[in-house]
Amino acid sequence: MKIIELSTSKRDLLILVVFSVIVLIAPFWGSLIGAGYPDLLQKFAIFGLFAVGYNILFGLTGYLSFGHAAFLGVGSYVAVWSFKLFTMNALPAIAFSIVFSGIFALVIGFLCLRRTGIYFSILTLAFAQMSYKLAYSVLTPITNGETGLFVLKDDPRVIDGALGIASAENPLASLFGITLNGYEGFYFCAVVLILGFWLSMKIFRSPFGMKLVAIKSNQTRMEYTGFNHRPYLLAAFVISGMYAGLAGALLAVVDPTAGAERMVWTASGEVVLMTILGGLGTMFGPLIGAATIKYMENIFSGINDTLLGTWFDFLPQALTDLLVTIVSPFVGSGWHLTLGLTFMMIMIFLPGGMVEGAQKIKAKFFNKSKTEQVESEQLEKDGAA
Amino acid sequence: MSAEQSNIVLDISGVNKSFGGLQALSDINLQIEEGKTHAIIGPNGAGKSTLLNTCIGLLQADTGRIDFEGHDLTKGFMPHDINQMGISRVFQTPQIFPDLSILENVMIPAFAKRDGSFKLNIFKALRDEKAIEEEALHFLEDLGMADQHHNHAGSLSRGNKRRLELAMCLIQHPKLLLLDEPTAGMARHDTNQTIELLMKIKARGMTKVIIEHDMHVVFSLADKISVLAQGAIIAEGHPDEIKGHPKVREAYLGSAEV
Repeated sequence: MKIIELSTSKRDLLILVVFSVIVLIAPFWGSLIGAGYPDLLQKFAIFGLFAVGYNILFGLTGYLSFGHAAFLGVGSYVAVWSFKLFTMNALPAIAFSIVFSGIFALVIGFLCLRRTGIYFSILTLAFAQMSYKLAYSVLTPITNGETGLFVLKDDPRVIDGALGIASAENPLASLFGITLNGYEGFYFCAVVLILGFWLSMKIFRSPFGMKLVAIKSNQTRMEYTGFNHRPYLLAAFVISGMYAGLAGALLAVVDPTAGAERMVWTASGEVVLMTILGGLGTMFGPLIGAATIKYMENIFSGINDTLLGTWFDFLPQALTDLLVTIVSPFVGSGWHLTLGLTFMMIMIFLPGGMVEGAQKIKAKFFNKSKTEQVESEQLEKDGAA
Repeated sequence: MSAEQSNIVLDISGVNKSFGGLQALSDINLQIEEGKTHAIIGPNGAGKSTLLNTCIGLLQADTGRIDFEGHDLTKGFMPHDINQMGISRVFQTPQIFPDLSILENVMIPAFAKRDGSFKLNIFKALRDEKAIEEEALHFLEDLGMADQHHNHAGSLSRGNKRRLELAMCLIQHPKLLLLDEPTAGMARHDTNQTIELLMKIKARGMTKVIIEHDMHVVFSLADKISVLAQGAIIAEGHPDEIKGHPKVREAYLGSAEV
């Protein structure tokens, strides 16, 4: 599978337009699969953006960071502080979040990138857990500890005050008068996602992106070719950290709170899962992975025994009970079991993630000669390994 | 040999290197002249690779100097610094980018030559890098690999990987090319092809240091040969002189095998 290819600008534009349309009509196709409500759609967009950014580090350079949720958390805290101190407008909050998470990523990346492989992963994990624990303990004045950070009616909000914008009882983020919750919140996130995807596509198609893949492919050769791999890796780390910070800010935009639980290590693990599930190093994979996981988390977890009973009640009672007993461990609070099984299946049969699956299906149904091509590529790959 | 006759590209003087109690290199003095192919031969464990690695910053010499264009290479340069000075290296096992296409493999070193050791060119599209793409294609044509430039480099045979690696070094127009056993582990046919290719490069007047086991390769390519045994240079001269040198015979056939 080719990761970066020399492609025409027309084709890229087409991809971007199609992608934008799909994102913007999400409320429509979402409703077909029972996901047509703003809360979940916002999560699709936000975590999609998180995964797209994470993929720039993990997908292109192969450096597995287990601490990206820390940047997400920093982004959220900074955004809420921007809401508290300056204005409820979302744009400054986003700008501050990107800057602060970028600085934070620069420091952590500089330290962690002194090591490679598993040691790098462990270092990032350690830093993220440290940030999480700090947010709970000594940083309580900034993070408000366990309670989490909220916006209040009587926060200073100097810019809003100067402009004469009155504080609401429960302040919500806004964009020049438009309150960003519900569908407005989703569309705001969607536009940011499209911009983020556009930037990621730019990186994939740039010499910089090709050099990142080259580092993943053969770091020794890269050094002896005259490239200093450190600043490249650090740049990729910081860029993906900024994406995470932006995603964190969006979480705060659609719901102006921030809590330390966003930084916990399982949250970092989730983005790894999303990226791999969808297709590591592909442009769309992380988005598909993020949507799949968020969909399962929200929809599968909502299915309970009663609902299952109504699904199967056309069957005889004994059979209904049996089916409900069999299926119920996989839904409701057991949705992680389904996720785990799906993940295992994909890793075993489609190591390239869901994108690889889609490519295989496409090759099978639409083009016979394509199938042969895929097979020969696979053979080449096997031969190389 | 004095510097008046020809320019010295690489001047190794008094280099010592030991690993624990083992003296890997003892008082090495070696001058590489511009435009010449200088072969370093010697039995296993003679210190050939150690010598090469001290030249490219992989190992630190204990004492001595290695002068290249006014830089002392023993002063802790990183491999990418040394490449940017104009020294390219071919490895014993071909080091290429197996996940990239053949064309991209050759484009990357061209970027290194143009952009230096780091450039954050995010907003420049690869497809607009026509000059680099064309140059890379030109080098691939030279190797007869242009027709398969979209293929994965990882799928190439060992001989072709070596040729690709050479192209990756040559596109940088290095002032000095270091070759570490370029025909190691190759079939006769591939070896001959590699020799042909190296002859072609030689005709262009590129300065080369070549480390080699295969005497056939050495005698068909080298202008000058230095013989290394147990970390010291025991003979130096033109191929004809080396062929009959008693010390060399002893090192290869006698008890000097380490």
